[in-house]
Amino acid sequence: MKIGVLALQGAVSEHLDMLKACGVEGVGVRAPEEFAGLEGLIIPGGESTTIGRLIEKRGLKGPIAELWDKGMPIMGTCAGLVLLGREVAGCPGQQLLGHMDTVVVRNGFGRQRESFETDMAMPFLGKAPFRGVFIRAPYIARFGEGVEVLGSMEGRVIAARQGRGLAVAFHPELTGDLRLHQYFLSMGKNLP
Amino acid sequence: MAEKGTLRVKKGMAQMQKGGVIMDVTNPEQAKIAEAAGAVAVMALERVPADIRAAGGVARMADPDVILGIMEAVTVPVMAKARIGHFVEAQILEALGVDYIDESEVLTPADETFHIQKDKFTVPFVCGARDLGEALRRVGEGAAMLRTKGEPGTGNVVEAVRHMRMMMGQIRKVAAMSADELMAEAKNIGAPYELLKEVKEKGALPVVNFAAGGIATPADAALMMQLGADGVFVGSGIFKSKDPEARAKAIVEATLNYDNPEALAKISRGLGEAMPGLEISSLKEADRMQVRGW
Repeated sequence: MKIGVLALQGAVSEHLDMLKACGVEGVGVRAPEEFAGLEGLIIPGGESTTIGRLIEKRGLKGPIAELWDKGMPIMGTCAGLVLLGREVAGCPGQQLLGHMDTVVVRNGFGRQRESFETDMAMPFLGKAPFRGVFIRAPYIARFGEGVEVLGSMEGRVIAARQGRGLAVAFHPELTGDLRLHQYFLSMGKNLP
Repeated sequence: MAEKGTLRVKKGMAQMQKGGVIMDVTNPEQAKIAEAAGAVAVMALERVPADIRAAGGVARMADPDVILGIMEAVTVPVMAKARIGHFVEAQILEALGVDYIDESEVLTPADETFHIQKDKFTVPFVCGARDLGEALRRVGEGAAMLRTKGEPGTGNVVEAVRHMRMMMGQIRKVAAMSADELMAEAKNIGAPYELLKEVKEKGALPVVNFAAGGIATPADAALMMQLGADGVFVGSGIFKSKDPEARAKAIVEATLNYDNPEALAKISRGLGEAMPGLEISSLKEADRMQVRGW
């Protein structure tokens, strides 16, 4: 199983380390030809405006859409949650992938000063709490029918799934807890 | 319970900036140009280092109105500089809500002996360093991100190269040392022992390390990335050049394509004149910013 990590900017090596710890081959991808043979993609945390602009500039929207259409799972963390969405509230012009039917709020928990970590109940990952690291984190404000809410924080949606798409507002790659990555990898096997 | 300002949250913020370009800006218009060009953050200043150098006198924290105006203009993180040792300027910057504080040698130091105790703050700090010992002293005080000092405002990359080569070489040396050599090395380079041990185990610094100080062209940015930088600060290099918008975009592209000479050749074309450069040996000792701090 070969999983790509979108390597334009941000926490790329951290996700590659997590994939390795899961026993899966991870590769950084930043050009269209590098998408061949991928069985899933992670869009890491970083600056969503920067990554979005580079996706456009480097012609990666097509290759990502192809993966999606082939039924490969795609996970977005933090900036990745934003990029997978349909619209950013208050920034209608921001370049997004739009695979998930979500409207997101960037920096939804405040600036860096307000960034935090906390233990969260994430029933879909098991009984033990999951350490949520929120860094200028976004949240999902509105979503369409096909979107399943997997987790909330202070009444805001911070984890959601729509078919092969998985989006979380926090940073599992900074915790060493492999459960979310393992869940993501299992999504590929359970899809038609 | 939610914990704010943990080391993980502070270091994590810098990890999210990796592979990116952080640009100096002095007003909301420049901040918007930087953001549209793909900057991962902007550094809010009253004057860019080249102008600070030209103006002389005492350089201080920027006017809060300048910083707040820039914070309102963009959605990317906003950083701002405090003088070395000036913990009240840092307290004010934290109160303003800036996302990162640069305890910076570009400003006139407020304390010749002590740097700010950075682990007391909720907001993360970035600090400059010229070698591994200095880098780890700053991390010991609580810095969550590092950068080379270089020689700011010169448009001359030679000092940033010197500092990056020095740090990377020292990391390789420490990684290859035997455990019983480590304490002597900690003493020799003036590094906290526990942090040096961490460097040895990881073969890398404990925090993200950007290049800064003299980067003026896409090739400069790519050079620093090939030497091992996690990302790039560009100070005067963008808004002191002929076509800031084109240059800002080009430096973002070059930082991503740092190992692809064909792409770099394309990116480097048609940018107009770079900022004028300064030969380091022409600077008087008192005008060298990198010797500020220890």
